Amino acid sequence: MASAPTTVDHVRPPGRTWEFIKRLRRGDEVAHLITLLAAASIIVVTVMLVYQLYTNSTLPRHKFGFSFFLGKTWDPVSGEFGALPFIFGTVVSSALALLVAVPLGVGAAIFLSELAPPRISNVTTFVIELLAAVPSVIYGLLGIFILVPVLRKGVMPFLKTTLGFLPFFQGPIYGVSMLAGGLVLAVMIVPFIISVSREVLMAVPVEQREAALAMGATKWESTWQVVVPFARVGIMASVFLALARALGETMAVTMVIGNDPRISASLFAPGYTIAAVIANEFTEATGDLYLEALIELGLVLFLLTILINGLARLVIIATTQKGAAQG
Amino acid sequence: MVKTTEESRSTARAPATTPAWPSDLKMRATGLDFYYGGRQALYSIGLQILTGRITALIGPSGCGKTTFLRILNRMYETVPHARPEGEVFLDGEDIFSLDVVGLRRRVGMVFQKPNPFPKSIFDNIAYGLRVNGMDRHSTLAEAVERSLRRAALWEEVKDQLHKSAYALSGGQQQRLCIARALAVEPEALLLDEPCSALDPIATAKIEELLFNLKDLCTMVIVTHNMQQAARVADYTGFFLMGRLIEFNKTAVIFKTPARKETEDYITGRFG
Ligand SMILES: Nc1ncnc2c1ncn2[C@@H]1O[C@H](COP(=O)(O)OP(=O)(O)OP(=O)(O)O)[C@@H](O)[C@H]1O
Ligand SMILES: [Mg+2]
Repeated sequence: MASAPTTVDHVRPPGRTWEFIKRLRRGDEVAHLITLLAAASIIVVTVMLVYQLYTNSTLPRHKFGFSFFLGKTWDPVSGEFGALPFIFGTVVSSALALLVAVPLGVGAAIFLSELAPPRISNVTTFVIELLAAVPSVIYGLLGIFILVPVLRKGVMPFLKTTLGFLPFFQGPIYGVSMLAGGLVLAVMIVPFIISVSREVLMAVPVEQREAALAMGATKWESTWQVVVPFARVGIMASVFLALARALGETMAVTMVIGNDPRISASLFAPGYTIAAVIANEFTEATGDLYLEALIELGLVLFLLTILINGLARLVIIATTQKGAAQG
Repeated sequence: MVKTTEESRSTARAPATTPAWPSDLKMRATGLDFYYGGRQALYSIGLQILTGRITALIGPSGCGKTTFLRILNRMYETVPHARPEGEVFLDGEDIFSLDVVGLRRRVGMVFQKPNPFPKSIFDNIAYGLRVNGMDRHSTLAEAVERSLRRAALWEEVKDQLHKSAYALSGGQQQRLCIARALAVEPEALLLDEPCSALDPIATAKIEELLFNLKDLCTMVIVTHNMQQAARVADYTGFFLMGRLIEFNKTAVIFKTPARKETEDYITGRFG
């Protein structure tokens, strides 16, 4: 690092070259620092969040221990708190939502990216992305005024008479139910799945499609056997993004799910989710144990999300290694 | 002897065409125009592709070589508003009235950039066979081996058939793509600058491979590499601004071209 250059630079004066190099190095260091800070701050926020949830839920953690996860009663009056009905409600409503939204969303994405004329595809996608921006309370209202009555008067009686032998479609019909919660969630997450999957499908190289077509594959064979598998990692990512939203959704679900902490095989029965119970009972929680039990529920939701995301990651890793696909 | 059976087969397949379709002729384009929307890209191309021969298409960038090639298996249909006018025959049959899936099975294609599927080597080649209805594993395995041998890749990959095709080098990937195209036993193979992404050694391998495949199928190759055309092709066509300027035996094109433009291009005076 000679501060006084000895050789003559023909392109630019030596002083300027040195300045230039210094500027470059300093710029890189600054950029490095800024991006590092950005990344670190996310981790700090997450750690602080968990720490707060943890330290503010000492009472129930010491009182109930691990049985908090397995307890089936949630009775603030007698001071008994178990999270299982809420875990059940959260998992089942989200699973139900995925069951409906994944085929619908992926199907629509395939149509928009592969079959629809570009102009129609773009307009439709714009509208779908608007749907993703609608506040969840609006979905809740639509759920109360349209979905629940339709379920109560039409769909549920029909299911009961046709598939009533299955445990899922039994019991009294209220309208507000696990089924309603799952369906509202499905409507809410389907735009995510469509818009992300469509992007991923459109990013599949033309060469892949043409390779299949050139061997005598039909349009559908090339789409289903080549394009979709090529894009599957991205499609799965869109599904997990949607799942994360479903797990944490509060407002729309609480408006239609019935808010009753019970565990029932029937989708006609009301349920309750973790996010919904926290939102509903936080303001009226009397006593430290009650309040801290709700905070511990928050911790449970956090752990549940991490667990599911971890599993999702494993699924992605497993499937990528099998086909060794890397777009 | 062989000729007569071939002749009777092709005439039996295409009773509609005028006189008898010569058996040494694989494809013929006549008065072929091509439009991308309103823009004309090809002007009345007339060209004959002989059976078991390699035909090279050369010409400066943008002159329409790829466009012409992609008409021969109707791959242009993936481009919206693309439209040919004129006639192209394959063994005496009008390709535009054939079923496109069947046409593409008979006329294969290898692309400029190696484009293996993100599957194993085996599945890459088996894909075309499965699509065309061959499912039995034993025959599938035989066909995969046969294709890999034809593409001179078998020795290099026989122990790693179930590894990802992406683990192969660029040259190996391109030979895999050739093997994949050969697996469905096409009558003709279209190659669009198949060596442009490869180093000289990989290129030499592919050229040798093409030379050895001549008995198996008819080939049309687009290339920017003049020496390559001179080395591998029996016939060469020179395109310029959407027109076929000259078409003849390769030796004639390179030694005694009839047209000034051809000579200029070959000697590197423009392009
Ligand atoms: N998809 C397309 N849409 C519109 N015009 C196109 C399209 N593809 C090619 N063209 C036009 O058609 C003409 C011929 O293109 P083509 O790709 O056939 O040339 P080429 O001879 O293969 O060139 P190169 O040697 O660079 O590959 C060019 O003027 C090009 O701009
Ligand atoms: Mg080209």
